[in-house]
Amino acid sequence: MNLLNVIDEIEKKDPEIYQRLDGRRQALKQFASFSGKVAMLAVPVALGSMFKKAYGQTGTALLLDVLNFALTLEYLEAEFYVKGLAAPGLIAAVDRPAFQTISAHENAHVLFLRTTIMSLGGTPVAKPNFDFTAGNGSMAGPFANVFTNYGTYLAVSQTFEDTGVRAYKGQAGNLISSNEVLRAALRIHSVEARHAAHVREIRRRNGLLVPAGVLLQPWITLNQSGIASPLVQPSYNGEELTTQAGINIVGINGFAITAEDASEAFDEPLTKAQVLAIVDPFII
Amino acid sequence: MQNKKLTDPLDKMEGNGMSNVSRRKFINYAGLSASALLLATSCSKKLDETMGENSMMQRNGNVNSEGGGKDGGKAVVNLGSGDIGILNYAFALEQLEAAFYIKVIATPYSGMSDKEREYLTDIRDHEIAHREFFRNALGDARIGGLILDFSTIDFNSRSSVLETAKAFEDLGVSAYNGAGELLQSAQYLLLAGKIVSVEARHAAAIRDFLSYGSFADSTVINSMGLDVYRTPPEVLAIADKYISTRILSQNLPTS
Repeated sequence: MNLLNVIDEIEKKDPEIYQRLDGRRQALKQFASFSGKVAMLAVPVALGSMFKKAYGQTGTALLLDVLNFALTLEYLEAEFYVKGLAAPGLIAAVDRPAFQTISAHENAHVLFLRTTIMSLGGTPVAKPNFDFTAGNGSMAGPFANVFTNYGTYLAVSQTFEDTGVRAYKGQAGNLISSNEVLRAALRIHSVEARHAAHVREIRRRNGLLVPAGVLLQPWITLNQSGIASPLVQPSYNGEELTTQAGINIVGINGFAITAEDASEAFDEPLTKAQVLAIVDPFII
Repeated sequence: MQNKKLTDPLDKMEGNGMSNVSRRKFINYAGLSASALLLATSCSKKLDETMGENSMMQRNGNVNSEGGGKDGGKAVVNLGSGDIGILNYAFALEQLEAAFYIKVIATPYSGMSDKEREYLTDIRDHEIAHREFFRNALGDARIGGLILDFSTIDFNSRSSVLETAKAFEDLGVSAYNGAGELLQSAQYLLLAGKIVSVEARHAAAIRDFLSYGSFADSTVINSMGLDVYRTPPEVLAIADKYISTRILSQNLPTS
């Protein structure tokens, strides 16, 4: 059976076959070709007008709540990298391009989220004031040397990125009603994971603040932070999970998968409350 | 080999948002009853027997992702519909990745550094964990083992292996990013989320091996700071080069 011929036949009998498209998907498709042509800033606005049509007021409230939560975290990351790049002599020359890349992404995420929130009819939360020493405003917290000691800076960076990955993951289910918002969140989520992997690689290469006996890799082993400070532990607790959907991954189907492998192969979510508790010392 | 083209027009129509009504219409036109299609979807073992040996299996360079396991030897698989279809889609991609890294470690390229071996071995184990997880989670609804074709990869060449690894990892990230919205179950969505960030970590690590600092460059991250996403037909078209088994994806959800 030659399917190409079959489709030709269908077209003969039903010339409108390609027009029998679901209205929303057709709109999306048109949007996809349109978005390539308009300026970057206009894109979230255009997206937002589509969201409102598709989801109405009630579903939008939950989306806005999640988006504003994400925006708070992106503010934190964005300012952290702007300040780090501005701190004289902090970031090693070899790593500067990478942090410029990461900084550009976090700023773009802030812009994207703010514009998306506004186009959904919401109000973006204001940027909080931050204390990157984790001192709750004392500016003399446990990471007091965060902008003068590269090791501390890298450790905080890794923690922010790994926490960001877990935070977005934890919100995915709250976005399931909106294909477009969920897709955008997933596309940010994997960027944060790329960042986390690279910052881990920087720390591995530099050996800064990596405790003796800890093998730091781009992925998370058990609940090991690879950071010599118990303060970051809540960002890693729960990552040691080796059972997924009731299926034990260790030694699965006779393969030599260790607990370390099993924990690395799956990143774990954090709830909004867990994330807010983690970032609380950094927010004044 | 002629019928290998079968998925292309169908997938194209899916990608254009062919509605369920249109799909049913298509099936009627094509002279297949809906129940026959369902039978083909749900009874892959039966399908296996009726399809028998296929000439595609004899193509040079083919390897069975299962390493000769009991599920091996299928010439055609139908991913199915709904969440099961998307999980089978993920299972197919994880089969591809796992088989690739198994071969990378079994036949290491010359000059593989200690760190490259360490990371690539870990990645192999992660992909095996993903593959086996989907196998068990899907149970009887799973597709069989895919026949893979790695004949275009030079496993003795560092650049060939790492460029392929980069392509697979970026493809995997884009696939999960595009598939999340196709899932109905929040539990499956979370599981996909748990895996995609690990694929992104792999992608970053491989990219840093090839060009340090390219972990999230502008070839994958756009000006809004968003990673690539692809629909299943787009992903399967790219993966097609490495998969001899014909993958029928026309019943996958499109929204």
